[in-house]
Amino acid sequence: MPEFKRPHALCDVPLHYCPGCTHGIIHRLVAEVIDEMGIEGDTIGVCPVGCSVMAYDYFNCDMLEASHGRSPAVATGVKRANPDKFVFTYQGDGDLAAIGTAETVHAATRGENITVIFVNNTTYGMTGGQMAPTTLPGQITQTTPYGRNTSVEGFPVKMCEMLSQLDGVALAERVTVIDPKSVMTAKKAIRKGFEFQKNKQGFSIIEVLSTCPTNWGKTPIEALQRLKDEMIPYYPLGVYKEGAVR
Amino acid sequence: MSELTLMKGNEALAEAAIRAGCKCFFGYPITPQTEISAYLSKRMPKVGGVFLQAESEVAAINMVYGCAGSGIRCMTSSSSPGISLKTEGISYIAGADLPCVIINVQRGGPGLGGIQPSQADYWQVTRALGHGDFHVLVFAPSTVQEMADTVTKAFDLADKYRMPAVILADGLLGQMMEPVAFDENAEIKLSDASNKPWAATGHGNKRKHNIINSLYLQAAELEEKVRARFERYEQVKANETMAECYKTEDADIVVAAYGSTARLAKSAVELARKEGIKAGVFRPITLWPYPVKEINEACKNAKKALTVEMSMGQMVDDVKLALNCRIPVEFFGRTGGVIPGPAEILNKIKEMIGGDK
Repeated sequence: MPEFKRPHALCDVPLHYCPGCTHGIIHRLVAEVIDEMGIEGDTIGVCPVGCSVMAYDYFNCDMLEASHGRSPAVATGVKRANPDKFVFTYQGDGDLAAIGTAETVHAATRGENITVIFVNNTTYGMTGGQMAPTTLPGQITQTTPYGRNTSVEGFPVKMCEMLSQLDGVALAERVTVIDPKSVMTAKKAIRKGFEFQKNKQGFSIIEVLSTCPTNWGKTPIEALQRLKDEMIPYYPLGVYKEGAVR
Repeated sequence: MSELTLMKGNEALAEAAIRAGCKCFFGYPITPQTEISAYLSKRMPKVGGVFLQAESEVAAINMVYGCAGSGIRCMTSSSSPGISLKTEGISYIAGADLPCVIINVQRGGPGLGGIQPSQADYWQVTRALGHGDFHVLVFAPSTVQEMADTVTKAFDLADKYRMPAVILADGLLGQMMEPVAFDENAEIKLSDASNKPWAATGHGNKRKHNIINSLYLQAAELEEKVRARFERYEQVKANETMAECYKTEDADIVVAAYGSTARLAKSAVELARKEGIKAGVFRPITLWPYPVKEINEACKNAKKALTVEMSMGQMVDDVKLALNCRIPVEFFGRTGGVIPGPAEILNKIKEMIGGDK
């Protein structure tokens, strides 16, 4: 019988994430894929500013910590210098879809041969739960205390839908990790992203709908339920684009 | 054998970068430095290097962060407003102890300013090229040949001290054509990461993972990192200052000027000498670290010093600090893209020398 162990690509250190946060599951899936492909020694990761800012202490591969939103540009620098290495970014919604929108869109449209793990929990977790670019209409946050009013704060950004319009994108897929089945689907999507990179097929982004029980003011179980009931209808799961660009 | 070629300053910088082993260039178009990008977009693919036009100045400097973090010699170039945009990335590069070369072909400011030559970014580059406690190496060449020669020096010292190096030029130097010599037979060898064991290159299952980072949440740990960096800066200050003196030995008045302005100062000093005024030129080549010892030596017999700049007076602060206000230090400058002429510099020299001639 196979033994359930910590993947080698995940360091043997305690993670700092809050109880019920799904970052831990997503970290593990990335690490499992790196292990299964046997590429830890050839992988370079770039982590963001946000809750996963310290992911450089959690992944066992070489890591760079980027400034806020610039991970796709940093990853571009790494990849252009090392075209045969695997390069991934791990970013939250504020990082990827607000302050780093330009870097995201242009890395995507260049078909930069990197894999982006995009963790969307509809809030700025680390700074205490402000409105994110992906905050849902009506959602209460620290900076939308009366709920996000679309006539004032505008609408959420749907990154997979948007990026799927670009010719440089090889894979845009939205997944979640709320139950064993969705976890398996998410892992397959992450694997696909790394395989696309291996075959030099272009930019891949895997958006993972994630929870933030702390800033949502919910228990871990309630948070999973909210993700299912409110986030998935607004951000439908599935493959938005798949296919080699080169 | 080296043959003389007529080149623009910007092109000389670009060719010199390749010869210094710069493998990757990331840039964004801005006047008056565009020839650097244009030249490298042609040349890089032919030597197996990378030229990439970024979507923004911010992206370009962060590409440099990634590339330098993986141990590869890389460069970006811009002009004043673009450098302001890059300062976030430069601070992270300094905080992560990464070597790289950044070129600033200065133009008039503030704001969009103008596109004519200027030296108004002196304070920015020597004082605050980003947030936090750090310095960058700053080189100020004054001829096209020196621009070319400085690039290798900048890469070497950036690597040695693991810090960013800036070549501070201006629109005049970038655009002017002068004969420049490159070694025809030199082998072009683009850099790899082999001598950088700290780099994020993929650990190959042979070592612990490397982390390129500027975040230290424990105050005492961050203080220790910054202090260690400043100890390295002391080494830089002790060993890496460069300056040139012209007729300062017997000078009553020493004109301090850098870059293209130093050439104008030299012409003014020639005119002054013809009129029997003992004037000389002190030209700092490194602006950080500032050649403190050298300027004191140059001014040992001087009664007064004059700083000439294409700004409202920025380096004049460093001249006063270096001389510890031992002699009066005055300033003459033009700004906004106006280039001071030797005649007006001479007038200022005469005004200063006044009755004591």
